[in-house]
Amino acid sequence: MSNRLINVLVTVISIILGLLVGAIVMVFSGYNPAEGYLALWNGIFGDSYAIGETIRQISPYILAGLAVAFAFRTGLFNIGVEGQLMVGWFAAAYVGMAFELPKYIHIPFALIAAALAGAIWGLIPGILKAKLRVHEVIVTIMMNYVALHVVNALIKTISGGSYKTDHIKETASLRSEFLSNLTDHSTLHYGILIALGMVIVMWFILEKTKTGFELKSVGFNDNASQYAGMNVSKNIILSMVISGAFAGLGGAMEALGTFGNMSARGGFTGIGFDGIAVALLGANTPLGVIFGASLFGSLKYGANNMPNEANIPVEIVSIVIALIIFFVASGYIIRVGLKRLDKKKGAK
Amino acid sequence: MNILDIMYFIVPMSIAYAAPLILTAIGGVFSERSGVINIGLEGLMVMGAFIGILFNLSFANTFGVYTPWLALLAAMIASALFSVLHAVASITFRADQVVSGVAINMLGIAVALFSVKMIFDKGQTDFIQQKFPRFDLPFLSEIPFIGPMLFKLVYGTSILAIVIAVVAWFVIYKTPFGLRLRSVGEHPMAADTMGINVMKIRYIAVIISGGLAGIGGAIYSQTMTNDFGHATINGQGFMALAAMIFGKWHPIGAMGAALFFGFAQALAISASEIKFMADVPSVYLHILPYVLTILALAGFIGRANAPKAIGDPYIKGNR
Repeated sequence: MSNRLINVLVTVISIILGLLVGAIVMVFSGYNPAEGYLALWNGIFGDSYAIGETIRQISPYILAGLAVAFAFRTGLFNIGVEGQLMVGWFAAAYVGMAFELPKYIHIPFALIAAALAGAIWGLIPGILKAKLRVHEVIVTIMMNYVALHVVNALIKTISGGSYKTDHIKETASLRSEFLSNLTDHSTLHYGILIALGMVIVMWFILEKTKTGFELKSVGFNDNASQYAGMNVSKNIILSMVISGAFAGLGGAMEALGTFGNMSARGGFTGIGFDGIAVALLGANTPLGVIFGASLFGSLKYGANNMPNEANIPVEIVSIVIALIIFFVASGYIIRVGLKRLDKKKGAK
Repeated sequence: MNILDIMYFIVPMSIAYAAPLILTAIGGVFSERSGVINIGLEGLMVMGAFIGILFNLSFANTFGVYTPWLALLAAMIASALFSVLHAVASITFRADQVVSGVAINMLGIAVALFSVKMIFDKGQTDFIQQKFPRFDLPFLSEIPFIGPMLFKLVYGTSILAIVIAVVAWFVIYKTPFGLRLRSVGEHPMAADTMGINVMKIRYIAVIISGGLAGIGGAIYSQTMTNDFGHATINGQGFMALAAMIFGKWHPIGAMGAALFFGFAQALAISASEIKFMADVPSVYLHILPYVLTILALAGFIGRANAPKAIGDPYIKGNR
């Protein structure tokens, strides 16, 4: 078996194992897994409305996945996507409501604000990593909580004590009559096009530019890159900044498309953490991220149908997603198994 | 309120908030000292908080006033078992320890909420009736000034947390096991050469961290919220992680950091009642623990160095 095939197989086996263990959990909890998964299926593909909502859910997942994947290619683990996404969400919501501009300026302005906010949130751990060798995982975790509290405080300030910002102006909205009508009045918006566009941007940066080559090179071996004359510090910072910008755009999807405002939150959105799963499943490649986001986005949205149709708590899908991450992360053991199987076949 | 009243009010509250953090952070010290990153503390705490409440609700009639203490034991066992998942993935299966920890966090909250909805048919559990009592320590509470501040209306769990911190210090620095634990985290190959079973030590360390985080979670849920829902444990595990780093991977240091973070939390909650604090927006106090941790890591508050072999799976025979 080629390495590529093994990698794909590990992913597929992990997904199957995750769903299987999920089914076992359902059986032991006294639920009918067949009914459960049927409800999940209907929640995703049941009618055109469900499909529209599913695609809507996939857009922030793509961007969160891109953010994690992009940093990973430079050897950085950005757990801070959650926080970067939240500051991006807030920035987009603020620009969306506070300014009066024509549509073709307002939307790009709001998007850039979101990307910039996320980028700044990524810049701090980037600088600390590059200049002081501080591990980015811990810093980004801490930055998540800083983001949560700061954004909550900002929402309170600009809304004059309320718990949510005012609705964005019509000129900043990504909502589309056309897409909405196409999918039976779902909240599907143009964000999916932006997300897919960013997939191409990531591919272009990584595969077609000198910067991308350097970023990947630092990810493979920073000492060798340094020796070859690359500026490792610069590349680390750049990678975190771009990663943060992707995450910030993910927040803009929620602000300008799905919700149209931002509410103070008691906890995280979860999209950023699911982004880790998306990137992991997609092997940190742009195309893989689309696949991972489609899978987890649909699972997450479709799960909402499970309590109605099969009376199963939605959390079962979170269990399945967590299990899939476990299995993909433990890919080593699946790989060993596959190689043994392959050898046995070869011996015959 | 004058300063003294404020102290009498804030200090006990800080200690109460700190107790779960102390235990969880010390759990983190064990795991990370053995070379296994444990981002999953949050998920392990969630599991402990849930099992603690569940046990308390189920057996309150059987065990009476001992229920909360036995609930701690149940939570410890449950979270220790749960942490085996992290151990197997990150030690035997050589998974990325951070990814495995993230999965533990997701799994912990998902399993707990799934079970809550299954058992109680709603988003959160009922409120527990058997809570941890607060009591005055004899003699000590009569000391002027210090007495009312530290020894009046204390939770037994706070005493437990401090005792465990001291025990952990003794175990890690004064026993053969502790020496092995530290050596495995610094240079597993050298330890292996000396005949130490690296895998075994790491398994034990991760399971200890699970157990302690479980107790921490159960203390939090049984003293602070008295029920379990999706927001019961909301960042406590990560704050414990921060305390561990701020305490430089040392049990007593972690305890000090946890006490300080507890103080920040208590201050954030009660700031509006204190005259000269009312003007300080509470957001600054909320983000204080996290900002301090970043500063500590950056070396502005004494450099915090992680154990050397942290994050690397040990593969026998690899150089």
